[in-house]
Amino acid sequence: MTIGVLALQGDVREHMAALADLGEVGRLVSGPADLVALAGIILPGGESTTLSMLLESSGLLDPLAAALTDGLPVFGTCAGMILLAETVLDGRPDQRRFGVIDITLRRNGYGRQVASFECDLNVAGIEGPSVHAVFIRAPVVEAVSPDIEVLATLPDHAYTGGDVRNVGGGRPVVCRQGPVLVTAFHPELTEDRRLHQLFVGMTKGER
Amino acid sequence: MGDSPIESRSATGNRPTGTFTVKRGLADMLRGGVVMDVVDAEQAKLAEDSGAVAVMALERVPADIRRDGGVARMSDPAMIEGIKAAVTVPVMAKARIGHFAEAQVLAALGVDYVDESEVLTPADEAHHIDKWGYDVPFVCGATNLGEALRRISEGAALIRSKGEAGTGNIVEAVRHLRAILGDIRRITQADSAELYGWAKQLAAPIGLVQEIAGSGRLPVPLFCAGGIATPADASLVMQLGAEAVFVGSGIFKSSDPERRARAIVEATAHYADAHLVAKVSTGLGDAMAGQEIDTLDVRLAARGW
Repeated sequence: MTIGVLALQGDVREHMAALADLGEVGRLVSGPADLVALAGIILPGGESTTLSMLLESSGLLDPLAAALTDGLPVFGTCAGMILLAETVLDGRPDQRRFGVIDITLRRNGYGRQVASFECDLNVAGIEGPSVHAVFIRAPVVEAVSPDIEVLATLPDHAYTGGDVRNVGGGRPVVCRQGPVLVTAFHPELTEDRRLHQLFVGMTKGER
Repeated sequence: MGDSPIESRSATGNRPTGTFTVKRGLADMLRGGVVMDVVDAEQAKLAEDSGAVAVMALERVPADIRRDGGVARMSDPAMIEGIKAAVTVPVMAKARIGHFAEAQVLAALGVDYVDESEVLTPADEAHHIDKWGYDVPFVCGATNLGEALRRISEGAALIRSKGEAGTGNIVEAVRHLRAILGDIRRITQADSAELYGWAKQLAAPIGLVQEIAGSGRLPVPLFCAGGIATPADASLVMQLGAEAVFVGSGIFKSSDPERRARAIVEATAHYADAHLVAKVSTGLGDAMAGQEIDTLDVRLAARGW
């Protein structure tokens, strides 16, 4: 069973390392031939506008869209989440997307890079200590359809003094709809493999 | 750095910003991409349309700075704001080496990365900016491993090999990448006692040298800048070990910037695929003219200490 990692741009290496840590075989996916016989695919963090252009130029857009529509399990982190979302606000009008999870996102919704942050999350179905999450120019989830399982929401900002915005408090940051798992943050940037483990389970037909 | 173990954490609602993890993390997200120099909102849009992962806002591209001479400074905030408003990708801007007040202004403008750059005229001949005190991340240039590690010890979250900006000549970029990556390879072969000798020779902190000996790579991403003018140039430096490229004068000093920008983006993403690099290199029109290094009056790469 091989799990693909979209390898056009972004933090591909960290996702491959996460799969290796879990004893899974990863495959770099940079063209249509790489899609053959995958058990699932990860769409990494990166710049979603660049990824969108390269998906088109590499010929991956249509065959990958078809595979996802057929139910290929997919895990999108940050930019990967944007590529999978049904609706994206503040993106580019020509940005290509797969639209396989019924959520509405706002690109860079937390603000520019200086607003990028870390925090701890309680994720439903993940036992043990909370998950440390790294958000980088992350998308904000503005709306989810009733079909979406929200596995984690952003806690309200603990700091109340001074000029700190509580953008996103209570907003979903880990969502699942059938074979589609998305995070607004970058689990690949930490050593905690439990979200990748959850996805690997999905590729093996586990709930 | 210095993260506490996962076990000690609970979901308290604390949200630290400006940590080294988020600074370095943005650089990680740019890997495999092309950062393009732009001088106005129109160029910035063209760069984004062509697939740039980020844009570098500056008043004159290095080739023009070289031609015009005089003191090159931070750009007008109005121009940076115009570019920020025009694109959705990250916006970087340059401060002079050691000019911490320019860096403070760029941080106040909310740019996504500050480039403490030798392309501008240095403001301090002994010191670089202490970059740890900022929420905004910094990128710095380096010609060798010692310089790279000194910049990282000052807080840089991204290193770019300097090359020789504004020349359209890749030879210096290759020299600098080989110097940095060659020494990293040698350090991975050194024993623990020899690492102290390396730290002394490189004038770099022993802790960073020991880290490299274990990991075989810099503690932050390594991009390449200075002299990239063609898709094959991008493929060359990526194959040598750069993780992304900066293109300055090479795009907007060429005869067809839009096609060339897109071709360099595709060649950077698929750098090991010679058939693809051949395809995107076909019929691009004239590259920027370029200069022999020996004919230069000013060596920008020599700036930085």
